[in-house]
Amino acid sequence: MNFKLKDIGPQLITVLAVVLVFGFFTYNAQVNMENRGIDFGYGFLSQESSFDVQFSLIEYDGSHSYFRAYLVGLLNTILVSVIGIILATILGVIVGIARLSPNYLINKFAAFYVEFFRNIPLLLQIFFWYFAALRALPLPQDAEPLLGVTFLTIKGYFVPAFIWQNFNIFFYSLVAAIIAIIVIRTHAKKVQETQGKQTPVLLISIGLLLILPLLSFLIGGVKLSFEVPVLKQLATTSFIYEGGVSLPPELIALALSLSLYTATFIAECVRAGIQGVGKGQKEAAASIGLTPNQVLKLVIMPQALRIIIPPTTNQYLNLTKNSSLAAAIAYPDLVLVFAGTALMQTGKAIEIVSITMFTYLSLSISISILMNWYNKKIAIQEK
Amino acid sequence: MFKYLKQLTSLVAMVAVLFTFTTETMAAKKSKTLKNTQKKGFVRCGVSQGLPGFSNADAAGNWTGVDVDVCRAVAAAVLGDANKVKFTPLSAKERFTALTSGEIDILSRNTTWTLSRDADIGLTFVGVNFYDGQGFMVRKSSGITSTSQFKNGISACTNIGTTTELNMRDFFNSRGISYEPVAFEKADEVVAAYDAGRCDTYTTDKSGLAAQRTKMKNPDEHIVLPETISKEPLGPVVRQGDSVWEDIVRWSLNTMIEAEEYGITSANADSMKTSDNPQIKRLVGAEGEMGAAFGLDNEWNLRIIKQVGNYGESYKRNIADTGILPDRGPNELWTKGGILYVPPSR
Repeated sequence: MNFKLKDIGPQLITVLAVVLVFGFFTYNAQVNMENRGIDFGYGFLSQESSFDVQFSLIEYDGSHSYFRAYLVGLLNTILVSVIGIILATILGVIVGIARLSPNYLINKFAAFYVEFFRNIPLLLQIFFWYFAALRALPLPQDAEPLLGVTFLTIKGYFVPAFIWQNFNIFFYSLVAAIIAIIVIRTHAKKVQETQGKQTPVLLISIGLLLILPLLSFLIGGVKLSFEVPVLKQLATTSFIYEGGVSLPPELIALALSLSLYTATFIAECVRAGIQGVGKGQKEAAASIGLTPNQVLKLVIMPQALRIIIPPTTNQYLNLTKNSSLAAAIAYPDLVLVFAGTALMQTGKAIEIVSITMFTYLSLSISISILMNWYNKKIAIQEK
Repeated sequence: MFKYLKQLTSLVAMVAVLFTFTTETMAAKKSKTLKNTQKKGFVRCGVSQGLPGFSNADAAGNWTGVDVDVCRAVAAAVLGDANKVKFTPLSAKERFTALTSGEIDILSRNTTWTLSRDADIGLTFVGVNFYDGQGFMVRKSSGITSTSQFKNGISACTNIGTTTELNMRDFFNSRGISYEPVAFEKADEVVAAYDAGRCDTYTTDKSGLAAQRTKMKNPDEHIVLPETISKEPLGPVVRQGDSVWEDIVRWSLNTMIEAEEYGITSANADSMKTSDNPQIKRLVGAEGEMGAAFGLDNEWNLRIIKQVGNYGESYKRNIADTGILPDRGPNELWTKGGILYVPPSR
């Protein structure tokens, strides 16, 4: 490393300018806040929040601190983002491949889906799904059981709760199965590379995933029972399900609209990726006797993924940030709970907005880092 | 080392936007807000996004309501024309920031006067133009006629960021009832969700319940329960640090209330100038120097009464005649069994 002044000079000036601008705004904010009698500080985070939140992954009520309320909001944002990303990816890949289908109907249907959903503003779609669902779903007392023991109602989707005994043994059996699968896969790959012999890895994997947890039930003392939701009357025409787990309609509507919207963009990424692989690649692969499945798995996809991953990362980031529209339909995400209620109860606008911004920034950067790592892993290995 | 410089720059720029405030120093002597208002030629007033009776815009964009009338009164006093008001509709979330950052000069948006709001966040409450309290609305068909019939598992729709959320928690907690709070950012969505059946009850200030009930698909299917679970004195708010402006807004409101007390209306205000009662004469600018301390002329209060009317007229026009709350309840003058009592203009 040898830095020369002409190399680092402009950089230093930029840093200096940035620091000065930043300093000016901070100073300006300080003076103005002082003039208006507004205190600045993060001490409020440890104060009692005294408001409740509808839906929380961790134990929380109004007697906890504002910091705890922040965590509740953050976890809810992460929850809806993760659900949204998984659903959008599955749907996006299916639709993307469907758009390349030679079947006219499938092809056009996929194209229609993409054009329809990506051209309507997301906020409208969220409102549509939420209020359409609310109007369409039955009241708890009118709900027909779905799959026997679950109830989809206007007040939420009520599903049985799992009650485990010796859950840790079941969990270890799953971990053991996964480790075994990894070992077998590595071994199978080696065998194929050295001897050209193929092992039915998929079948063995599925078998292991079934048999080991099953054993934990039979001889490990694991027991699973269900707590089924039961209808309870609150007033003459007012009912609710008790027991079991309730998924609020706000979460369902938000996850649904986010994934339906983002899936259109992912579908286009997938289509572009597959079309970006030269036709000759497919023909060459077929000519050396690979089956169509193998062509897709061993030749097309590895090359297509390199094109698909970077723009798909953008879509994941968009989805995460778009989840902040949750506030419109009462899903208690970070923006609603922290930058909404907490901000208004404390009046700490600058502190709370800055914390919220840095939180979204960190979430986005984490997703970027993860996806960049994956991208690097599947990139062409220059030897 | 400088690899992340670009990202860093954009990050810092982003944060800088957050800290953008207009530079402003407080003029100690004369009111800067008053000076700016007179220079601009209109009063900048923050109102709700639509609450019938308090601040609501019709199809033509004309704002009406008792909260709106407070701003109109100030405009009549300082600019001579009650119509010279620029209304900014604000959500509960935006309202205080809009005021402290100087986007508006009066916040007249059914805002509850509490200690922490008055003391903490750079705001000053100037008075009360509506005494309210939080209540619950339920569907008639539910058979619920009192909050004592609420049971575990009840779901309650409400707005975020209002005192409502805190009162609701206190109420349910003190009775040991578990409840599901469903909190929306905008009142319209709360109403839509409750109306669709998402919640068993809708809770907010009783005046708000009465007003929003008129927006329901079938208003007759809903009732407001008799219990009031909190004190909600609603009133106009100004920024801290401009005591002259604060006084102008306070006494514009007081003038409206006192005018009703002395029977001065928009119709008879001019003829009251020759009244025998010196207190009435002071209220219509015919005696004393009642405007000088604010830097206003002597007929500022006369203009308020002539152009906007007294409090009773405003209440009748906006709240009683629209069928929202025909009964004035506590918002009746102290001389008639209510609690409206303002210091004398003298």
